[in-house]
Amino acid sequence: MENKHIHITPVKTYIAIALILLVLTVITVAVSFIPLGAFNISVALAIASVKALLVAFFFMHLFYDNKLYLVIFGMGLLFLTIFLTLTMFDTTTRGAIYEEKNNPIKQEATMYDNPDTSSK
Amino acid sequence: MTQASTAHPEHLQHHFADAEQQRESAKMGMWVFLLTEILLFGGLFVAYGIFRAWYPDMFYNAHKFLDVRLGTINTIVLITSSLTMALAIRSMQENKKGQTIIHLILTLMFALAFLVIKYFEYSHKIEMGQLPGKLYTFTGVEGSNPHIFFSVYFAMTGLHGIHVLLGMVTIIWVLRRTIKNNFSSEYYTPLEMTGLYWHLVDMIWIFLFPLLYLIG
Repeated sequence: MENKHIHITPVKTYIAIALILLVLTVITVAVSFIPLGAFNISVALAIASVKALLVAFFFMHLFYDNKLYLVIFGMGLLFLTIFLTLTMFDTTTRGAIYEEKNNPIKQEATMYDNPDTSSK
Repeated sequence: MTQASTAHPEHLQHHFADAEQQRESAKMGMWVFLLTEILLFGGLFVAYGIFRAWYPDMFYNAHKFLDVRLGTINTIVLITSSLTMALAIRSMQENKKGQTIIHLILTLMFALAFLVIKYFEYSHKIEMGQLPGKLYTFTGVEGSNPHIFFSVYFAMTGLHGIHVLLGMVTIIWVLRRTIKNNFSSEYYTPLEMTGLYWHLVDMIWIFLFPLLYLIG
């Protein structure tokens, strides 16, 4: 009978979460205009992650619901992280193994190098 | 409350033991679907990562041609729509049908506002020739292969836009069913599923916005 109980989130909580999300949006825009070098992307992604987790935990009820849903959500994030991390390892460190062929994509791209020859 | 589980409510499919099991199953199915959505967008996020790693300066130069103001407004619009969606479900949990309808209509309006703003952004870019791949004719971006940034931009925001559109269709569907008295505090699963989908669309935008508009 216990699981018959459905948690009803108070309106206050929803509004508080929305306000935090809006404040974080303003912060992330403001921070993006401060040059922090490589940290800009880290700060932006950290803020975005906090916002996404707030949405998942409160708007999507993961905080109150059966934790099975949290596990499924976490699986998605885990495999996305593996996908992203391993690909970025490859992309950013291949140059250490052999000379990196970081050439512009030539096909269909000649028009940017030389506008005169863009027409076929 | 115990009465509801022993009786046989109309919305309960015969292959489920009780309404609670049906609800939980639907929700699990929805979360598995959302997982595939995360991985669908995941491919685009990985593509973004690769191209940004290859052309960091070009990405920085090209992103200046996106309108941060419109992007911020759209973020606020989408977050607010997530709030009204959550409140729509909450109202149904308390059997307040009128409030649910109002919140669903508000959510629809915000979704529409998002797409209208997106439309203005897109038409501006089409005018400027900031288009993907070989359609790209703009010359104002410094760095090699600036068309790649706009390919990534259109692919990511385009797929997201399609999701907003589909979200609107499902919101209209649950709005219709709400008006037809299909839902109550005992049964509102389609409403809840639509909400989960809508929040995911919001969540993806939360990442798209800084990655595309706010490259520091």
